Amino acid sequence: MTDRILRYTLIERVVHWIAALTYMYVLATGLAFYAPGLYWIATVLGGGPVSRFWHPWIALAFLATLAWMLRAWLPDMRITAVDRRWGARMEHYVRNEDEDLPPIDRFNLGQKYFFWAMLFAGVVLLISGAALWFPERLPPAVRSAAILLHVASALVTIGAFIIHVYMGTAVVRGGFTSIIRGEVSPAWAKTHHRLWYHRVTGK
Amino acid sequence: MSRATLRIQAISGHAGTVPGAGTQRQERVAKLIDTTTCIGCKACEVACMEWNDLPFRETVFDNTYQTMPETAWNYWNLIQFREHVHEDGTLQWLMRKDQCMHCADPGCLAACPADNAIVQYQNGIVDFQQDYCIGCQYCVTGCPFNIPKFNPQTKKMFKCTLCNDRVSQGLEPACIKACPTGCLHFGSKEEMTALAETRALQLREHSGYTKAGVYDPPGVGGTSVIYILHDATNPEAYGGLPRNPRVPLAVKLWKGPLKWLGNLAIIGGLIGVTLHYLRFGPKRVHEEDHD
Repeated sequence: MTDRILRYTLIERVVHWIAALTYMYVLATGLAFYAPGLYWIATVLGGGPVSRFWHPWIALAFLATLAWMLRAWLPDMRITAVDRRWGARMEHYVRNEDEDLPPIDRFNLGQKYFFWAMLFAGVVLLISGAALWFPERLPPAVRSAAILLHVASALVTIGAFIIHVYMGTAVVRGGFTSIIRGEVSPAWAKTHHRLWYHRVTGK
Repeated sequence: MSRATLRIQAISGHAGTVPGAGTQRQERVAKLIDTTTCIGCKACEVACMEWNDLPFRETVFDNTYQTMPETAWNYWNLIQFREHVHEDGTLQWLMRKDQCMHCADPGCLAACPADNAIVQYQNGIVDFQQDYCIGCQYCVTGCPFNIPKFNPQTKKMFKCTLCNDRVSQGLEPACIKACPTGCLHFGSKEEMTALAETRALQLREHSGYTKAGVYDPPGVGGTSVIYILHDATNPEAYGGLPRNPRVPLAVKLWKGPLKWLGNLAIIGGLIGVTLHYLRFGPKRVHEEDHD
């Protein structure tokens, strides 16, 4: 067995899990305010007023992690010509026919889409959320737009989140371990991110 | 706040049935405000603060008889005073008692996400239950009349209760009791509507107010506070009374189609990934690899 390869540094892992926990808190409290049938979540999390108080502050912490990730991962998240070729054959990826796909770098196009979806939806959530936080000084049209944008962009993040958790835990085995302990096997790297493997190992 | 014997017919943010809906015969009530006989004395404001134990507020001088620009979390009832200049150059003082309209289709209740924070009684009164309010202020967005107000200390919303604690005991609201000109009336919605129509007809036929009419806006299902206006074609002149108030379209979209689409997308996504796993399963790592 050859040496394992470092895929995520400690700080990357720490920030990822801060993002995950803060997102899940904001998701849970947001869902409570979204549907009466889910209002019990707010009760479980300490009651409606408590959930209402912490939702925007925890959301700011989540957005701070997004800003950190943008700064740290921007070079890795740019969509390249290789990604476009890979994207044209994405149906093979969905069907687990990975041998029919061109080799890719550190992140695949799906991961990059996830990153950008969370980032852009996060910015919309921030702006619309600020309007919902302090509604009394704003004209009615702005408040109405903020309500619709907030829920619509939240739904985008929920869709992206479902796929992200599913891919990272169930489909790409080893992915979940890599974001906890940081390491992957050379075979894993060669299978899923061959260009990255060549780049970091020099092989 | 006090429910007393009133039966509830609608609850905000509530999953499941509404206790008490349809279990008792309870007449819809209404407050009738005749702006043509209001003299702007503000006795109703004082009575409101007396009965509800609200603290006194400083007034804001703006060179008119207007004492403050709008209602506040601890000032639920305010005379809106306007000097209206007619096209022929004559001046008319318009005075309108401004408070919660107690809509039959309340936008605040539709927008509220907190279970039980806003209730509508069978008699038509819409009431905030501060114990359950989470202070999100969505009711501000839902209301077409700019009525719910935020208390920054307690982070709760407040507004006129139509004195439901008095009404449930068979008394009229405090403001009605205080009015010296008799421009305020309280009774069943049916009686008040009939009285209002009679008075509007009298104004049109005998007082020269040919455009006099009743303000009971159908866009919010009618209200439990109705006005008689000298000029029903221009309600905006009475301190911004909206011509055709409605629950905002965004609130209807958000609580209607958008929510169902969202629910379908979330449940569809969860079912989708489950089916994908059952069909395709995990990806395999190729341990033996030519390089």
